[in-house]
Formats: sequence, structure tokens, C-alpha cells
Amino acid sequence: MIANTVVFVAVALSLMSFAALYRAYRGPGAADRVVAINVIVTKVNAIIVLIALVSAQASYVNVALVYAMIGFIATIGVAKYVLRGKLG
Amino acid sequence: MAILRILMDIIIVLLLLGGTFFFFVGTVGLLRMPDVFCRMHATTKCDTLGVGMIFFGLVLWQGVSFVSLNILVILVFIWLTNPTAAHYIAKSEYERISNEDKKEETGHGRT
Repeated sequence: MIANTVVFVAVALSLMSFAALYRAYRGPGAADRVVAINVIVTKVNAIIVLIALVSAQASYVNVALVYAMIGFIATIGVAKYVLRGKLG
Repeated sequence: MAILRILMDIIIVLLLLGGTFFFFVGTVGLLRMPDVFCRMHATTKCDTLGVGMIFFGLVLWQGVSFVSLNILVILVFIWLTNPTAAHYIAKSEYERISNEDKKEETGHGRT
């Protein structure tokens, strides 16, 4: 029962991340796109952990941690570029 | 004992579906809200509460092990970094909008 629910949640999250990708394509400003990509990163994080646990590969969980760090650095970089006009 | 296990399974499934519901709410807010700040208001909620409920359900499913500790580390990392990122995006967008307003005001003053 739980494994089926986990697969259902993973499929639902992937469909919702496509819906968020529409906002990243359409969004009028840079901040809209950054917010949409932040949401997509969080959803892919949850999908990675769900797939790692349902396929019994426990070491895949570490991939989610690295992916969360990459998404955070990307968000901070784009926000800083919007704020200052340059990086660094 | 069997009843306890069934109750645990029901709690885990409810946590997973509740997290999916909050992700859905955040996605609808991201698509339908009119402004950047309104969109951020919806999506930060889906970050903290949706991921929190899904990961807590998975931790309950795995029991006490290194995998659940790893999942809790990821959860704490997301809970620390996502409000920070949202705060920084809001700050940069606010600065940009206020700078544009200031430029428009000075332009009107000259003409």
C-alpha cells in the first residue's frame, strides 16, 4: 500500500513540476522564473528521495542533498545578479 | 499489533498525500497569482509544509536507521535554505521595483 502511494506521489510531483515549468517559461520577470525554478528544485528533491526509497537504493538519498545545495546556490546567484547587476 | 501496524500505514499514507496536497496548492498559487510576492507567498508554504510532511512520512516508513537520519538532514537543510532564498529574491525584486519608481518620479519632475 505504501509503495503504491510513494509511486503515485512521485508521478504527481513530476506532473506538477511540468506545470511549474510553464511559469518558468512564461514568467514576465527574472524573479518569477527564479521562484518557479526554486519550486522545481524542491519537487525534484522530493522525487529523488521517493525513488531512492522505493527502489531500495539507500545511497541515492545523498544525491538529494547535493541537489538541494546546487539549487540554493543557483537561486542566490540569480537573485544577487538581479540585485547588483553583477556577480561578486 | 496488527492493528497498530495498519494504523501506522494509514498515518504514513495520510502524511504523503497531505504533502502532495500542499505541493498542489503551491503550484496552483504559482500559476494563478498576479504578482511575484503573491507567488512567493504560495510557493514558500509548499516548500516547508509539503516537503516536511512527505519526508516525515518517509522517516516513519523507514524507522530508526541511517537512511532516516539522512532524510532528516536533507529536511533541515531545505528548511534552512528555502526561506533564506525566498527572502533574498523578495529583497532583490523590491529593490528593483523601488529603483524603477524613483527613476519615473525624477523623470516626471524634469518634464
